[in-house]
Amino acid sequence: METDYREGNRMWEEDSSHKHLLDTMFARGIKRKCFDGEEDIEGTLAGFKSVPSYNLQRQSLLDMSLVKLQLCHMLVEPNLCRSVLIANTVRQIQEEMTQDGTWQVINAQNAGQASLDRLVSSDILCRSTKEQGEGKLIPSYSSFSKDFEDIQSQDIISDLSTVASVQAPRNPQSNVWEMENPQENRANFQKSLDQIFETLENKNPNSVEDLFSDVDNSYYDLDTVLTGMMSNTKMGHCDVLESFSSQTSTNSNSNCKSDINELDHIVEILVES
Amino acid sequence: MKCSDKTVLGSKSDIISTVEFNHTGELLATGDKGGRVVIFQREQESKNQLHRRGEYNVYSTFQSHEPEFDYLKSLEIEEKINKIRWLPQQNAAYFLLSTNDKTVKLWKVSERDKRPEGYNLKDEDGRIRDPATITTLRVPVLRPMDLMVEATPRRVFANAHTYHINSISVNSDYETYMSADDLRINLWNFEITNQSFNIVDIKPANMEELTEVITAAEFHPLHCNTFVYSSSKGTIRLCDMRASALCDRHTKFFEEPEDPSNRSFFSEIISSISDVKFSHSGRYIMTRDYLTVKVWDLNMENRPIETYQVHDYLRSKLCSLYENDCIFDKFECVWNGSDSVIMTGSYNNFFRMFDRNTKRDVTLEASRENSKPRAILKPRKVCVGGKRRKDEISVDSLDFSKKILHTAWHPSENIIAVAATNNLYIFQDKVN
Repeated sequence: METDYREGNRMWEEDSSHKHLLDTMFARGIKRKCFDGEEDIEGTLAGFKSVPSYNLQRQSLLDMSLVKLQLCHMLVEPNLCRSVLIANTVRQIQEEMTQDGTWQVINAQNAGQASLDRLVSSDILCRSTKEQGEGKLIPSYSSFSKDFEDIQSQDIISDLSTVASVQAPRNPQSNVWEMENPQENRANFQKSLDQIFETLENKNPNSVEDLFSDVDNSYYDLDTVLTGMMSNTKMGHCDVLESFSSQTSTNSNSNCKSDINELDHIVEILVES
Repeated sequence: MKCSDKTVLGSKSDIISTVEFNHTGELLATGDKGGRVVIFQREQESKNQLHRRGEYNVYSTFQSHEPEFDYLKSLEIEEKINKIRWLPQQNAAYFLLSTNDKTVKLWKVSERDKRPEGYNLKDEDGRIRDPATITTLRVPVLRPMDLMVEATPRRVFANAHTYHINSISVNSDYETYMSADDLRINLWNFEITNQSFNIVDIKPANMEELTEVITAAEFHPLHCNTFVYSSSKGTIRLCDMRASALCDRHTKFFEEPEDPSNRSFFSEIISSISDVKFSHSGRYIMTRDYLTVKVWDLNMENRPIETYQVHDYLRSKLCSLYENDCIFDKFECVWNGSDSVIMTGSYNNFFRMFDRNTKRDVTLEASRENSKPRAILKPRKVCVGGKRRKDEISVDSLDFSKKILHTAWHPSENIIAVAATNNLYIFQDKVN
């Protein structure tokens, strides 16, 4: 981490000589530092990249944030606070970019785009998140990486019990997605925000509670806990259930089996999807 | 304040994730990433060594939480101990609450220094005696034995939190406590493990509308009906449980207006409150956000009464700190026993103390290299730019992997415990 920080530090150095319109958080970004210890690069020669504009800095912050949001799906369990803060940052950038009209003008390549297309894209992207969320999630997964697949399955469980909703908004979106890459990225991140919170929330609380009602509560009894503690081995949930079922109590056996049946049921759903 | 009498107690491997003194300061508990709890006890001061304060030695070690697997989400539930809170002592045994992301446990720590001897049906090894050999009856007697400290789980409070638990707080009624996760706060009775009352719920109907989470919560130290919780948007809400069963509407709302000159894309992230603590008096609350510590008067909601800069030199580095995720580090803060000094951690194993009366502050370092046992800690200084003096350290040389997130202050004396990754440092005030 220490090394990483220093690399990052070289990229973003404190800048007191230039005045930026909005904030000093994005100091001049310097991609490579040829001269160690040199503080003032104002008069440096060619060989350095040109000083990036505020827009580019903002863009790179946006890209960094999107990567962070995607990465958090790969962790053990995403830290909700961190995800929310990053998502809010992304929204903030999006709003600002929409307001100063840079949203449509992504880069020079898109200068030739029909103005209508750009309007459509901004319309989709600025659409209320509620509408976005109503669309079925399944078709949109194709553009995401494989890491999403686990989370997809869980979504499908909840989707099975939720009403299949509006398909219409998807069509213009797919047109947008077939466009140039940058716009695709814009559409994607809006989707990301929605999906991130979909995947982060506990699916369909009712079904979860039903499942838990069958779980053998004696797992949390003193004896079981003590058994788990005293044996001093690392036991996963399944192991504890198995050790529990090896005890003479028939009550525990039946509950254990019902728990396993529930798991089978879930696995079936996952496999069929 | 001078620090000396340093005791360094390194654990074998695991990163310390919480530190807490009990109400008398006799015991100090630490929880780590591996789910272990280690309790230290202060040795009795002997008459022979008047000048030497009691040192802390290991008293008990036990495995509080094990890793679990959530089959529904296909995710592992970490065994890392997020918080430990002691209950006030009511008999010879000690009780503490320890929690990981999902489950709170009540542990009883008790001493055993006598054991019964002279059973009739079994011999001293525990083997069953042949009944034919028993010719007389005897009464078992208690004989002294080597002191044994045993920890037993007395209650397990599970299945009440969908999101990750970040705080637990024992109520001043000593009958209830609360546990807070990202979106909800639950109230428990110590005797009842299969039910809890939900007292705060900020989960939106549509998760896509989620923009704010709960980051910390604490009961008022004296009023059992009052508690506060902080949010990722830099606000604190004070709630009164007498008002309604679900405390969705706050009684008081503490928020400082934003400084427009400091506005940036990172403003919200650095305003996110990582810790909130009532003063011992109950008159003030202290909050920690990424760059500052603030003291609020409960009677004034529109701004804090004091703001202390912890490491303002990081303000120009926020983008890098965002990139390497350090900007999301959650630092805790603590009051001293008289509420006159506050302390919090920083990077490079630095920690800071602010004297609220004299307005003086000091930066100290917790590291083996820089201080020997019994040595007085030398104040450290970070230089921001320009010329660096001899003992100063420049911002660019700070080690951001060495962060002090967890500290604790003895309830009545000037003894502090500082957790630096997987090492615990205990500093005491120098006695002349």
